[in-house]
Amino acid sequence: MKLFLKFDTNEIIKIFLDQQLDKLKICYRTIGFGEIEITEKLTDEHYLELKNSLHSNGIDIVENQKSILVQKIKDTIMEMIHSDDIVNVKSSVYLAEKLSHSYGYISNLFSEVTYTSIENFIILQKIELTKQLIISNELSLTEIAFKLSYSSVAHLSTQFKNTTGITPSAFQRIIVKRREIANKK
Amino acid sequence: MQEDFLHIMLADDDQDDRDFFSEAFDDLKIKTRLNLFNDGQQLMNYLLNTDCDLPHILFLDLNMPIKSGIECLLEIKKEEHLKDIAIAIYSTSASEEDIEETFINGANIYIKKPNDFKVLKKVLSDIVTINWHYQTSGLNKDNFLLKM
Repeated sequence: MKLFLKFDTNEIIKIFLDQQLDKLKICYRTIGFGEIEITEKLTDEHYLELKNSLHSNGIDIVENQKSILVQKIKDTIMEMIHSDDIVNVKSSVYLAEKLSHSYGYISNLFSEVTYTSIENFIILQKIELTKQLIISNELSLTEIAFKLSYSSVAHLSTQFKNTTGITPSAFQRIIVKRREIANKK
Repeated sequence: MQEDFLHIMLADDDQDDRDFFSEAFDDLKIKTRLNLFNDGQQLMNYLLNTDCDLPHILFLDLNMPIKSGIECLLEIKKEEHLKDIAIAIYSTSASEEDIEETFINGANIYIKKPNDFKVLKKVLSDIVTINWHYQTSGLNKDNFLLKM
């Protein structure tokens, strides 16, 4: 005997997911085709259990490769800026080497996901580090400029002002006064 | 940011400014959700309800009747549940003393209201991007000061 079947794939998958997620006691809601939202926080083990159980039934979770690479780019930039050794190569060369992708690829991907260019992100991070160093009061601005490979203290000051809208000394003054107020409370 | 939106609030008593502000966000690439308040009192009534949905950034007009932007700022900084909101002062004045005063009292961003719509869009887009980095790239929010 031959039977001809017609079926609603969406409905089948929905029922299947219901069963799987119920079995693992995970709360979720369906957002659209191929997209579900887990409405509770999953532990890593729990997530892995879900991933494996779906995988063994032919369903794979798409872990966003782009987001993962962007995080790696950020980590590498931080490492480069915070490193005590002065990095002698250009940041584009450094990133391309460390991440084994062409700089063009890295840089396009970064802008696409973060809406910021890598160059701007590096500046932002260097200025953040400058802020920390100013606050810790251990180094003069000239020493900070040297440590972060700026060609001069003027260059650092200008970039600080362009990035934050205020001068390094105004920044320091504001933070000191904020602390005074906080200590009075 | 691609999977999430940024929640933004503005308190401004001027209808035109509120309209410009929301229009500027309509055109940005970054997904945002916007709540508008007509004055400081209305805003504080909302924020002091501890169950409320808190914004990532709050834009405060300095000169508002009933409760000014500075009064709101001071009240917000006293509340434990509100202290993580990035505060942007959005004002027509740009005297150096005003600016430093608001920073010292805990504001993160100071924007002089631009007269040009294009400039406004650029400024808001920059702010949203930088604020997002403070949320996602592990920057220290205590050091977040920005004047536009």
